[in-house]
Amino acid sequence: MSRQSMRANDPKKVSGELFTLTYGSLVAQLLKDYENVDDVNRQLERMGYNIGMRLIEDFLARANPGRCYDLRDTADKIQQAFKLYLGVSPSIGSWSPGGDEFSVVLETNPMAEFVELPDHCLGLRYSNILAGVIRGACEMVQLEVMAWFIADQLKGDNVTEIRVKFVKRLEDAIPAGED
Amino acid sequence: MTIYNLYLFDRDGQLLHYAEWTRNKQSGMTREEEAKLMYGMIFSIKSFVTKVSPVDLREGYLTYTTNKYRLNLYETPSRLKFILNTDVHAQGIKELLHQIYTQVYVEYIVCNPLCQLSKPIESELYAAKLDEVVKQSPAYASRPA
Repeated sequence: MSRQSMRANDPKKVSGELFTLTYGSLVAQLLKDYENVDDVNRQLERMGYNIGMRLIEDFLARANPGRCYDLRDTADKIQQAFKLYLGVSPSIGSWSPGGDEFSVVLETNPMAEFVELPDHCLGLRYSNILAGVIRGACEMVQLEVMAWFIADQLKGDNVTEIRVKFVKRLEDAIPAGED
Repeated sequence: MTIYNLYLFDRDGQLLHYAEWTRNKQSGMTREEEAKLMYGMIFSIKSFVTKVSPVDLREGYLTYTTNKYRLNLYETPSRLKFILNTDVHAQGIKELLHQIYTQVYVEYIVCNPLCQLSKPIESELYAAKLDEVVKQSPAYASRPA
């Protein structure tokens, strides 16, 4: 099969479909275990947070980005990371007047490719893991942010949109005895 | 050009890993005390340098040289600190530290779900790979300074 010959070139890569289907079965299993859509949303965000804490190191190692001087730099780096890890190019927009909030807008969401939400799961934020990833990754580089979904194509919106809001800059912990 | 030893500190100042290749003189204190001393010194020097420096220090790379050795610090944006002591003639240490970060730490610790990031590193695979990367770098020649 042609797909196998493409994969043979880089044994570390898996097909995008495998990733999408694995994520889908993860969400399905969580729904079965928790039975409560809010709990599932919370778990997905927490899992994303743990992923983000590690993913940031991989991103720093691979892309070697410089330091961010303001939130616009951070937004650019997030855009770069989406391209690197998910292969999609989101657009950044809807900046708030104070410059402390912005939106990451995805025309296509590779994680939700084959998904249709059933009627009893309309409160489910299917890709909530991405919001957690953004929060976890930023926290490891001393930036506390809030990230949440405000639009989802699975629920009939035109695009999938994640809102990111700057909360505060985290300071280094001073070692004991230094103050 | 010789490499003496390497300390790895996490963002809270905990020593995650220590490796040594050539060490002729011991410091006379336990590993924990030495690590605390090292971290405290690095923290103070960094804060001093940021305040006094006439140019913007944003690279994450800092070194000081004495008559006998050079201390090289590489700090990632995620506040992980790699401190490598080498002799005064060592070259290419910035690239070596970056290589250690990407090819050893990220590959074997970050990508391993069973390794907790806030605990000291117990992985022998990490130690072996670190040894390999350092020994094959051009800065590691067996000639002591």
